[in-house]
Amino acid sequence: MIVADQKPIEEILQMLEPYKRVLFLGCQSCVAVCMAGGEKEVGLLASAVRLARTSQGRPIEITEGVVKRQCDDEFNDLWRETIEQQEAVLSLACGVGVNKLSERFDLPILPALNTKFFGEVERQGIWTEVCAGCGNCILHMTGGICPIARCAKNLLNGPCGGVRADGTCEVSRNGPRPCAWVLIYERLGKLNQRKNMEQLFAAKDWSSDRHGGPRRRIREDMLL
Amino acid sequence: MSDSTLKRALESKRFVVTAECGPPKSADRTVIEKKAQLLKDWVDAANVTDNQTAVTRMSSLAACAILKSLGLDPVFQITCRDRNRIALQSDILGAYALGIRNVLCLTGDHQSFGNHPQAKGVFDLDSVHLIETVRRMRDEGKFLSGDELTGERPAMFIGAVENPFAPPYEFRALRLKKKVEAGAQFIQTQIVYNIQRFREFMARVGDLGLLDKVYILAGVSPIKTPGAAKYMRDNVPGLDVPNEIVERMEAAGKGIEDKKARAEAWRQEGIKICVELIQQLKEIPGVSGVHIMAIEWEEAVPQIVQKSGLKG
Repeated sequence: MIVADQKPIEEILQMLEPYKRVLFLGCQSCVAVCMAGGEKEVGLLASAVRLARTSQGRPIEITEGVVKRQCDDEFNDLWRETIEQQEAVLSLACGVGVNKLSERFDLPILPALNTKFFGEVERQGIWTEVCAGCGNCILHMTGGICPIARCAKNLLNGPCGGVRADGTCEVSRNGPRPCAWVLIYERLGKLNQRKNMEQLFAAKDWSSDRHGGPRRRIREDMLL
Repeated sequence: MSDSTLKRALESKRFVVTAECGPPKSADRTVIEKKAQLLKDWVDAANVTDNQTAVTRMSSLAACAILKSLGLDPVFQITCRDRNRIALQSDILGAYALGIRNVLCLTGDHQSFGNHPQAKGVFDLDSVHLIETVRRMRDEGKFLSGDELTGERPAMFIGAVENPFAPPYEFRALRLKKKVEAGAQFIQTQIVYNIQRFREFMARVGDLGLLDKVYILAGVSPIKTPGAAKYMRDNVPGLDVPNEIVERMEAAGKGIEDKKARAEAWRQEGIKICVELIQQLKEIPGVSGVHIMAIEWEEAVPQIVQKSGLKG
């Protein structure tokens, strides 16, 4: 899923500063699952903002709503009438939702979230990046563990010298993480595929990543 | 233009010495000139680090050109952290045109450790790709993409690094093999303090049949203080400092009240440990020389070289 984090309330209040009538619009897919922008979070954030604005002596009229998938006009259009009555919309979707609403409606669409990565649920309350969406999958060669997403230097030919004695990576964000290449080495051992790691892995063609420019997928057979 | 002095020294089969020369955090060329004077008569070649630990410094390419003009044989360290394949290849061509004949291909320390942790890391290629790219430019006259060079090829002597002291230990010799297959002709290793583990690594390298395919220079670094030894033991991933070395450093300063005298005792012990390690390294089959990383302590290099009986 797409994992996102709510922005700090101070930043959200600052964005909302010029507006008195705003729709807080959540999304029921990824960001609801990762507890950043679903119905519950819309309610909590709206209460916090109302309270803050009232205490500032500048009350705000907030409408709360949630759509099935903010990345799709079909669902957003159900809210057209409400949206058109607002001064702004605070979107609690990922950045895709914010873009989608902005393409459709002529009013400011503000992001309530920082969209972060494609993640797995590592365990309750922890989401971890495991795929970088590079557009050219090599997971069959690396035991299903992605070095592009999980190695800080996206190395393709084994671990650098910065592996700690306990097998964790020297680059640790939010706590130590295992070196992706140590994981790959162990996994390939289990699968009897260590040969994959011994051979030279060619330089990656990054043009399928966003380095080739913003990406689009076209399915001719689906076009209307 | 002249060939690599380092290459010739290694081919002569005598025990070779290289040392590290760190560029300044300024545009002051006299810093490089002073370091060049210190190292000139004692080393076969001098490595210039490329924004090491991701701290912005004078470019390694520029500092290499200065060393070259002063009669040293520079080893141009080039990392994949800050350059994509276009810039890497461009700098290789430029380095060769400036008379630089040795290149050390590294992935580079991650930007989060440096003085610009906000920086975007490039890592378009990894060190193995970079080695192969330089080899291809030199041997086939082609860029990585297959596009042809239109004239003189960069006849570089290609180096790489390997760290025997980071997991997975059994894989490190295989990783070195990948680098040799990609085109590495010499290897400079991570700093050796744990000689036993290094021996095991070299034995594996030998088992893989690599000893007559690549020159291996073992990394060494004199320790200045017991605090530095402890810091390296406890906080630097990929370094393996045995307790015995920390204890020796501590013991060297024991009972010395005078601060200056104590610091000097520590430094002498650090140099002594370094010299002992070099003497042990010399006996390991396949070790062609040492690479001395006296970080911001280049003054130690002549002493180490002399006391190890390598020159003078």
